[in-house]
Amino acid sequence: MTRLSSNWLAVYAIIYMIFLYAPVVLLPLFAFNDATIIALPLSGFTTAWFEQLWGNQTLRTAAINSLIVAISSAVIATLLGAFAARAAARYSFPGKTGIIGLIMLPLVLPEIIVAVALLVALSQLGLSLALWTVVVGHVLICTPFAVAILSSAFRGLDRELEEASFDLGESRWGTFRRVTFPLVLPGVISSLLICFTISLDEFIIAFFLTGTDVTLPVYIWSQLRFPARLPSVMALGTILLVLSILFLVLGEWMRRRAARRQGQDAAAGGAMTGVA
Amino acid sequence: MNETNGSAPMIELEKTVKRFGTFTALHGIDATVQEGEFFSLLGPSGCGKTTLLRLIAGFENPTSGSIRIAGHDMRGIPANKRPTNMVFQSYAIFPHLNVAQNVGYGLKRRHLSRREMAREVGEALEMVDMAGYERRAAHELSGGQRQRVALARALVMRPKVVLLDEPLSALDKKLREQMQRELRDLQRSIGITFVLVTHDQEEALIMSDRIAVMFEGRIAQMATPEELYRRPASRRVASFIGVMNFLPARATGETQTGLVVQIESLGEVVLPSHTIPAGLRVDDIREVGIRPEMLTVIFDDAPGPRHSFEGQVSGNSYYGDMTYYDVVLPGSERTVTISMRNTANRAVVRPGNPVRVGWSAESILLFRQED
Ligand SMILES: Nc1ncnc2c1ncn2[C@@H]1O[C@H](COP(=O)(O)OP(=O)(O)O)[C@@H](O)[C@H]1O
Ligand SMILES: [Mg+2]
Repeated sequence: MTRLSSNWLAVYAIIYMIFLYAPVVLLPLFAFNDATIIALPLSGFTTAWFEQLWGNQTLRTAAINSLIVAISSAVIATLLGAFAARAAARYSFPGKTGIIGLIMLPLVLPEIIVAVALLVALSQLGLSLALWTVVVGHVLICTPFAVAILSSAFRGLDRELEEASFDLGESRWGTFRRVTFPLVLPGVISSLLICFTISLDEFIIAFFLTGTDVTLPVYIWSQLRFPARLPSVMALGTILLVLSILFLVLGEWMRRRAARRQGQDAAAGGAMTGVA
Repeated sequence: MNETNGSAPMIELEKTVKRFGTFTALHGIDATVQEGEFFSLLGPSGCGKTTLLRLIAGFENPTSGSIRIAGHDMRGIPANKRPTNMVFQSYAIFPHLNVAQNVGYGLKRRHLSRREMAREVGEALEMVDMAGYERRAAHELSGGQRQRVALARALVMRPKVVLLDEPLSALDKKLREQMQRELRDLQRSIGITFVLVTHDQEEALIMSDRIAVMFEGRIAQMATPEELYRRPASRRVASFIGVMNFLPARATGETQTGLVVQIESLGEVVLPSHTIPAGLRVDDIREVGIRPEMLTVIFDDAPGPRHSFEGQVSGNSYYGDMTYYDVVLPGSERTVTISMRNTANRAVVRPGNPVRVGWSAESILLFRQED
């Protein structure tokens, strides 16, 4: 590549990064800013907004709701994902490609379509909205991610390893406990973390499918109407941002560790390449 | 049952059939492997060797027929309850465990003390020349070392039979040849029955006490390496084991001493009766075979073997110790391969030069038409 075009590439990359991350950086900036109005210049450092969060009862309820939804969704999606990934990696059956494709579809479906469709379906069934309906929606959108992550974990699990264990006198259950599980565990944890994060941040489905129990993103949205609450929303956003980044990095690190254990090229096949 | 080592049957296969859906991978295998024997399953890729090994190990169930190991019917006995241990083609070293944990994997269920366990593992590693590698991680091992660990992991279980699925195919040539000798010597010294799967005829010849040659789910011949090489039961076995020159031929008559056979380009020859396989119908003879080393280039005019022909060298391959010549037969387009041991005072014959080639009637093998 010529010097000139690599220079342009660098400029492009920098502009892209600013475009992508500048708004995100503003979040913690104003969260610690000692002013109720969100505007530059910054006036001073404070942790008051975070303290305010702590005292907020509605917020705490919303946070607990979010945790319940995120943990349930992550566990269920990971379980479903594990079955699908295992089946896809080990067995061949008629219509396999089509079935896997259908499982992956929510990945590219607009969330609002999923949300509206679920809402219609639930009301047709005469079911009332509650936290569990949000969980259903989140499981739907998290499962493709779980399948993608776990597929790479299960694909790296050589069938001969389980046979070797069995051959050495170990039972089926013992083989699962001593070989299968330890080898896919990092993938499972990675899937749990990523699904948890997706669910925790998700707004549209939660907004449509939640009844009176709001989740954190829905709570944040409801607070945006009150300018005075904006700084504490910023503070809450900062916490969510840090948690999300932490979990995603941790999840990816676990996935790479799993790949390395199985002797695969760790860099190859990120969470999303398993989908293709 | 005879109690002396090596004469009791260890594995008995009787009409063992394996079907996958409509595809028949094994068509009624009958074979017996003796205790203490180094037995090989040899055949081209896809002929069912691995399938047969997996049936013995208990990973697959036969569609029909029976498998007995050490006198016990194995029907319904799963792999983890059989007195066999497998060395997998991929070695299947547990990647999350170190060498000692890999080797000790199967001992875990035997509830040994920590010291007994360490001793057993150490002894097994010693056996495969890997002492001191206990704490190595799986990913730090070379291909040859993985192979040794896989073997130690099987041997430590003290199985009645060790099953090996192409254990050397992933190694480079030099290491493979070294491992072939080591593996054979180890088997001889510990006396455990080995069943080896390989598609490499040379490997099978070097290592085995007996070989079953398989084609398309059937055993074509079961014999010692020497028998297999010298008396292949069919044209197909003959061309799979080593190099064989085939020439069209017909039986034309019989004398008191043997069978008169007319061989294309070589003429009429009387084959001694004892070289003619029992059960071969004289009218069925369509071809003869002769090994490259049974044809000799006659370098001076010294009186050579009884039979000879005048040919022309069309090509040669020089291997240092040996030279392989392609020689065009007189009055024919056909070439035969001749191998000659090189000696100090003999130059390699260049292509284009005429040569006199000697042969003897005893080295001629007879083959039927095969379909
Ligand atoms: N699980 C299976 N399902 C269907 N066909 C199989 C299965 N295992 C082996 N085969 C078929 O059986 C034949 C023999 O296979 P295999 O025993 O692996 O051959 P080899 O080890 O001699 O190369 C092959 O044609 C293979 O495709
Ligand atoms: Mg095979």
